[in-house]
Amino acid sequence: MTTAPADAAIHASLKGVTRIYPGAGGNKPVHALGPVDLDLRRGEFFGVVGPSGCGKSTLLEVLAGLQQPTAGTVNFEGKPVMGEVPDGIGVVFQEDASFPWLTVWDNAAFGLRRAGIDEAETRRRVDDVLAFMGLKDFARAYPAQLSGGMRQRVCIARTLVLQPRLILLDEPFGALDAQTRLLMGDEVLRLWRRTGATVLLITHALDEAAMLSDRIGAMSARPGRFMDIVETHWPRERDSTIVGEVAFGEITGRLWENLRGESLKSLGYAGMAAAE
Amino acid sequence: MSRVGWIRLAVIVIAVGALEFACQFGFINRKVVIPPSEMAVALGKLLASGQANGEIARTFGIIVLAIAIAVVLGFAIGVVIHALPRLRQALDPFFATYYAVPIFIFYPVMVAIFGLSVIPIVLIGVATAIVAMIMATLNGLDRIPRVLSKVARVHRMGAVATALRLKLPAAAPYLFTGVKLAVSYGFIAVIASEFILAPAGLGRVISDAYSDFNNPRMYALMLLLIIVATFVNMVLHAFDQRWAERRGIGRP
Ligand SMILES: Nc1ncnc2c1ncn2[C@@H]1O[C@H](COP(=O)(O)OP(=O)(O)OP(=O)(O)O)[C@@H](O)[C@H]1O
Ligand SMILES: [Mg+2]
Repeated sequence: MTTAPADAAIHASLKGVTRIYPGAGGNKPVHALGPVDLDLRRGEFFGVVGPSGCGKSTLLEVLAGLQQPTAGTVNFEGKPVMGEVPDGIGVVFQEDASFPWLTVWDNAAFGLRRAGIDEAETRRRVDDVLAFMGLKDFARAYPAQLSGGMRQRVCIARTLVLQPRLILLDEPFGALDAQTRLLMGDEVLRLWRRTGATVLLITHALDEAAMLSDRIGAMSARPGRFMDIVETHWPRERDSTIVGEVAFGEITGRLWENLRGESLKSLGYAGMAAAE
Repeated sequence: MSRVGWIRLAVIVIAVGALEFACQFGFINRKVVIPPSEMAVALGKLLASGQANGEIARTFGIIVLAIAIAVVLGFAIGVVIHALPRLRQALDPFFATYYAVPIFIFYPVMVAIFGLSVIPIVLIGVATAIVAMIMATLNGLDRIPRVLSKVARVHRMGAVATALRLKLPAAAPYLFTGVKLAVSYGFIAVIASEFILAPAGLGRVISDAYSDFNNPRMYALMLLLIIVATFVNMVLHAFDQRWAERRGIGRP
């Protein structure tokens, strides 16, 4: 291998990445992201929090190779990411991306069938992932018959079944109530431990980020940049009960300190203050 | 059968029964309407004799042809217009008002151009059906979630696979609405054209039977058209219902 041993711990990285959306139809160009530097360590759980519209989804899409950065470079497993989603990256999108014309089972099998995996292996892996995601009893159901949270699980199952080494989750539980979200958080922790994958989770919920992550990147208002990266030092075996710990309060407190001003900015208060 | 199904059947039985009763007991002049039972018998005899087979084949052949052209061409035109937003904007008012104009008035013109043949009938059928298909295609393509394109790229699918595996199934129920409308419109347009002016076909035979006071033949063929149209639409409706159930379309 040509990669230096020191880099082996770095699973994916962004260097000086910015993303500017060109203005279409007479609109001004939108500087959505960066410059951003980020090293994702192999096997870590990295949370990203930031005010709405700060460029979180843009960050994820650039990292996944779904968007070209305007400047800077993206690396995954030592290779540059260029215009294509590299093998080994799985993405769960912010929007519901389940296929309404397929059953839950066929949704989960989609990627395996595309990859030409044989029927017996497909069956084994799909049954396994559905059991793991608590969807076993809904295997024959169609997404429209499920709740929003269940549909998002279907999308997670569809991603997991391909055994990605880097899993990117874009606010997968954004539409759920706070309690359900905490429980879904436990599930995400379970899948992270079991798969051994590196996970990047975008969320707008500080408590969710604090409870799940090894490290949390707090982003500024648009154009999004990392203002602070908080290490949580949680043990690998953890669950939602840690929300009762003192350290949990300290972490969310520190995140909020960082984000309060930025969230106000993104709401437009900074502009109002300047006008006074 | 469900409760609703029984009620539906009861409505049909009562309506047909009332007509039968009214005809049999002279409330309706038999010279105007013959009893439904006699219509059915007349239809049975007509079909058994094979006299009308040529006309039946001709008319349904034209209908199938017109609908097929309207669906395929309408879909293709819809795809092209969808890819050209400016053109779409320009055409929008035409689509919106298209069915306000009785396209039928152009039938004599087409007969004048193409002669008294199959062509003007097919053209009227296509012209009546195609815009419904174009509009349904535009609607269907609009409703493809944008996130599907991203999913496709995560799975490293090419343009063709993305179109066939993701976009087409996502748009399918909306496209099907277009097919359903095209079937109804095509059916009506072809029969009506034949009725007005045609060398042959069921519409023409019904029209001739009417002029000749040949009630059994006229009502037999009317019954045939009603049965076929109802059957085809029931099949299409059943498909639609299945989709609606699976995909939650049309549910509040
Ligand atoms: N295709 C695009 N063209 C132009 N501007 C865009 C495009 N996509 C996103 N933007 C803008 O870029 C900014 C960042 O968008 P992005 O979706 O990355 O933010 P986000 O942090 O994920 O927001 P949210 O919290 O709502 O999910 C927003 O202001 C958005 O309006
Ligand atoms: Mg987003």
